[in-house]
Amino acid sequence: MMMENLTKEKSLTSIIDTSSEFQFNGVKSTASDMKIRMETKNLTVMYGKSTGIKDVSIPIYDNKVTALIGPSGCGKTTFLRALNRMHDMTRIAKVTGEVLLDNKNIYDEDVNPVIIRRKIGMVFQKPTPFPTMSIYDNVVAGLKLVGIRKKSLLQDVCEKALTQAALFDEVKDRLNDSGVSLSGGQQQRLSIARALAVEPEVLLMDEPTSSLDPQATTRIEELIHTLKNDVTIIIITHNMQQAARVSDKTAFFYVGDLVEMGDTRNIFTKPKEKKTEEYLTGRFG
Amino acid sequence: MKTLRYRNIRDKVMESIIIISTVLVLLPLIIIIVHVVVHGISAINWEFFTEELGSPSRAIQGRPTGLVHTILGTVVVDFMALALAVPIGIGAGIMLSEYPDHVLNPTLRIMNDTLNGMPAILKGLFAFVLIVKPMGTFSGFAGAVALAFVMIPIIARTTESALMSIPWSLREAGLAIGLPRWRVVLSTVMPAAKTGLVTGILIGFARAAGEAAPLLFTSFGNNYLPNNWLGFIFEPVDTLPQRLYSLAISPYSEWHSMGWAAAIVLLLFVIVCFVGARLLTRKKFQTN
Repeated sequence: MMMENLTKEKSLTSIIDTSSEFQFNGVKSTASDMKIRMETKNLTVMYGKSTGIKDVSIPIYDNKVTALIGPSGCGKTTFLRALNRMHDMTRIAKVTGEVLLDNKNIYDEDVNPVIIRRKIGMVFQKPTPFPTMSIYDNVVAGLKLVGIRKKSLLQDVCEKALTQAALFDEVKDRLNDSGVSLSGGQQQRLSIARALAVEPEVLLMDEPTSSLDPQATTRIEELIHTLKNDVTIIIITHNMQQAARVSDKTAFFYVGDLVEMGDTRNIFTKPKEKKTEEYLTGRFG
Repeated sequence: MKTLRYRNIRDKVMESIIIISTVLVLLPLIIIIVHVVVHGISAINWEFFTEELGSPSRAIQGRPTGLVHTILGTVVVDFMALALAVPIGIGAGIMLSEYPDHVLNPTLRIMNDTLNGMPAILKGLFAFVLIVKPMGTFSGFAGAVALAFVMIPIIARTTESALMSIPWSLREAGLAIGLPRWRVVLSTVMPAAKTGLVTGILIGFARAAGEAAPLLFTSFGNNYLPNNWLGFIFEPVDTLPQRLYSLAISPYSEWHSMGWAAAIVLLLFVIVCFVGARLLTRKKFQTN
């Protein structure tokens, strides 16, 4: 209850700390070179009568990695799924507020969710290879199934995407095998490759490494570092070290509310909210 | 120790009950097959598959007679019905499973269940009014329409459950790479559900292939081969279930054994279709 009031009273600017400098990967950057790519305004998702997330307003910066952290069931996934209209498929979910992509609300009447999802890709927590397709067909599904037939192009895309997802070397000799013949971790990297193959501008990742071993996790994290030159990434993670390693910005959710968002370094070293500090230091969650 | 022994005995008793139930399920099937084969096998010879039935005198006088027109008629009518029913039934099944929020969905569900529960003979009557009356003649096509009405609700329902058995996450994975909804259903969900879809079609097909009632006043029956293939579509056509019935109620013992033979052929026809469909849809990838 206290938390709710706390968040409500704050204006957007005070929650989000953009003024301070932060350093990442040796690259020094300041607020001035940050362009807002996406923005949510009073984003609320209701599941019937229960609240998924409430009044979340945050900016997503271009070519930055934004991490969403918080205990299970706090609305991170709900928030993420609202960013590419995945809730459209859930009958009881009702989305209000705005999600702006390049200043255009993706929930406007004239917006085609299919176009939105081509721009805003998504990787799920569990690997989801298409069971009837080969590894190759899985990767190029997003292109092939919309009518792109040029073989040389598809092969290039397939190799590039698999390489990006750190899977190419392991599967290059058996691209025609079934996607589900791979191990769990490989399947997840296949799912990532498939998402990358359509070259999304924004990539939503819902705990992409939760089913991977440390080595594959490292590779995915390296991938995130490389990708952010071209892609804006929003990642949910339960691994605090991972959030600290990969992200530029961190948003902390708690029971459907956004508690705090700011530079990852600041969130981890000097959080403004007591709740954030308690969570990060392992006192709950 | 006593309780352990007691549990072991109880386990054995339950197992026996299950085995007895299984046998009771299989027993009628075995009895029917054996009975049909024993009675009909004597009437099966080469001429049975090459000659048309003609008048009863042929059989009584021992002249060549057979059911070639019936077998061909059954194949034509049943597959024509299948061709009509599969697109409609699958389409309805997709609506039931994939578009639960669509305004037509609840209506379709009620109507489909009603159609499924409707007596087959009423479907024949409907096809009679719809096709036979305007065409002015009984025809294989009218019979196919009547059988399609038998197949459609079954295919729709089994399609629905086959598609529903595919996890929702697969659809979301398709949507997440920017595929339109129809493409996700067509290229990811339906291939994954292929075995279930084929099973559903087969159940509908087998059910309709055994129906005589809807054909009584649609395809009507015929003792002779038509002059050409079009006759199977536009003229009165013989079909196995209906011929089986008319042979069985005839006063000639020669025709009775031909009736049993017709039953063997009908059984084989359904079995061949089942096996054939299974072979055609074997999984491309063995999932481990």
